[in-house]
Amino acid sequence: MSRTFVGMPAFPEAARAALGDTRLRHNLAHATGTIRAKRARVVEEVDGWEDLRVAGAAVKDRALHGLDEHLLTLERTLTEAGATVHWARDAAEACAVVARVAKDHDAREVVKVKSMATQEIGLEEALAAEGVAAWETDLAELIVQLGEDLPSHILVPAIHKGRAEIREIFLRRMAAAGRPAPDDLTDEPAVLAAAAREHLREKFLRARVAVSGANFAVAETGTLVVVESEGNGRMCLTLPEVLVSVVGIEKVVPTWAELDPLLRLLPRSSTGERMNPYTSSWSGVTPGDGPQEVHVVLLDNGRTRALADEVGRQALRCIRCSACLNVCPVYERVGGHAYGSVYPGPIGAILNPLLHGPGDPRDDALPYASSLCGACFEVCPVRIDIPEVLVHLRTQVVDAHRDDPVPKPEALAMRGTGWAFGDASRLGLAEKASGLAGRVLGRLGRSALPGGRRAAGRLPGPGAAWTGARDLPAPPAESFRDWWARTDGGRTEEDRLEEGRAGEGPAVRGRTEADDEPGGAR
Amino acid sequence: MSDAREEILDRVRSALAGTTASPEPVASPPGVAAGPDTLDVFCERVADYRAVVERCSPDEVAARVTAALPEGDVVVPEGLSVEVPGARVDDGLSATDLDAVAAVVTDCRVAVAETGTIVLDHGLGQGRRAISLVPDVHVCVVRADQVVPDVPDALALLDAGRPQTWVSGPSATSDIELDRVEGVHGPRTLHVVVVETAGG
Repeated sequence: MSRTFVGMPAFPEAARAALGDTRLRHNLAHATGTIRAKRARVVEEVDGWEDLRVAGAAVKDRALHGLDEHLLTLERTLTEAGATVHWARDAAEACAVVARVAKDHDAREVVKVKSMATQEIGLEEALAAEGVAAWETDLAELIVQLGEDLPSHILVPAIHKGRAEIREIFLRRMAAAGRPAPDDLTDEPAVLAAAAREHLREKFLRARVAVSGANFAVAETGTLVVVESEGNGRMCLTLPEVLVSVVGIEKVVPTWAELDPLLRLLPRSSTGERMNPYTSSWSGVTPGDGPQEVHVVLLDNGRTRALADEVGRQALRCIRCSACLNVCPVYERVGGHAYGSVYPGPIGAILNPLLHGPGDPRDDALPYASSLCGACFEVCPVRIDIPEVLVHLRTQVVDAHRDDPVPKPEALAMRGTGWAFGDASRLGLAEKASGLAGRVLGRLGRSALPGGRRAAGRLPGPGAAWTGARDLPAPPAESFRDWWARTDGGRTEEDRLEEGRAGEGPAVRGRTEADDEPGGAR
Repeated sequence: MSDAREEILDRVRSALAGTTASPEPVASPPGVAAGPDTLDVFCERVADYRAVVERCSPDEVAARVTAALPEGDVVVPEGLSVEVPGARVDDGLSATDLDAVAAVVTDCRVAVAETGTIVLDHGLGQGRRAISLVPDVHVCVVRADQVVPDVPDALALLDAGRPQTWVSGPSATSDIELDRVEGVHGPRTLHVVVVETAGG
């Protein structure tokens, strides 16, 4: 139904491979570090950023909670403005609409504005199957398309590529797609951008059909909004005769005035700018200006499924800024490909399972692709509590496996633990076993944790996966209950501690005297 | 397709069963207040994007605009506030025609100080969207009284039914290593001439 990266293994395996790629890790650390600093600077200068976040979340919640009404209003206002509205339950229906429009105009090619929705539905492949070439016009999308690569970031799909690699791709691949790159192409970003300008200009000038998404769709006024930087969006939205916009139903904003918090939040969160270079808005057809045939495809493709999840529906507030990716310690190390979807990072880890439902092993692995550190929630401009949703989705994954004929090792371990903890004498026996293991490990353990506690290396059997990336601390030789019984609830041990402190007395006093001397403090 | 419409709406309604939406629009926190330095902030922030900004009095505008233009053909929209000698008034030039034009001069509808943004709503003096997009140099005339402090002030003045282009500096990209580079598909040079009216 939705585009996932075919043949891509589930997150843990893909992440392990990505971690071994030192160039990838270098590129990611450099890029995310740059953007984090820029974002922090421009967010800092806004008084009341938190109030803006609250308002942004409230606008999106209001839109989602009355979505049926707003969609009907949007359909009416768009139609009144001269647009044709289509509804698509899934990716195949949406792609079919776009293909039909292209064919109605005998178009063998379309130009595309970067859009997550069209990535999600695999539009490029669907159009290619119908004999229609879809040219990506965003610089990063162009890099990914020419390199026959996969996107790895929401805002900058080619974030995993460094400038030298981009130069190589342009030199080798541009000629086959149209105007070749100049022979003297360097890896200066400005020179690379200029090459993209030349390469795409002929496509913009001759294209008759364009495809876009939309960042916002204002129900009250039938206005679509596209936020961009390069001007490729303006080219596609302005020059061709026909425009098809694929808009997820969650992009609705009830009123024009309610765009305000979102337009103030998005650029600062996304590219770390006070405002992005270009924002275009249009309402249907404007006689004598821009495309004279305008289509809007309202896309579900799992969104109503996410909406039905009362905890998870907040993910539909997402305005695709990608701030959560840039701050995520997991994303920064493994990159976007490991998530196996066009939506990577923390938001992808919740959005993919919500759109698809539990069952696919790749989606089921995603809620675990997080340390739950919460940095994503802190930067989210519409306050999506990603950690909360991650935990909620983990529950769903576990629940979906409760009746498995062959339980997972983790489920077995939990059942065993439940059995042992359910009875005092069983717990006592378990503690004795664990204490024995602790004494053995304390002698044999190869590694030590900070503080000197011994740790086990790799466990055998089902524990191997768990210890693959963690140290298992050696269990303490004495359990809490044994300690309690031995020390009479700690009373006899306290006496011993007191004696110990008294013995340290002179040293402590000596330090105090030194500090009291004038100039004694450093 | 009407099946899809009904089914999506049904799915939405069943997903939202028991949820009530707030009937009142969300009031956004106020933006930056107007102050004596609003115009200075605007000029500073436009310049931050590496656009060219200059301020002048009303009787200097024509000369400043002319001086800002490069060699080559210039296109202007109907009803431009400034006389540009030798410029061609847009009468529906094709995209290819516009690609051969060196520069465009337009007015604007409103400008936002806090974000250094110029908004065109493509009315009189601003022209079709294509003319301020394809030429490589965009000279934009902004009257001081068109500059509002922040985004909400601009939204309140704008008509959502009209096509709009919000311009914040020249065309740029952050797609190579997330570092900003000016100059991709839109005009690579943005030259803003701010006209200070009496007392402004």
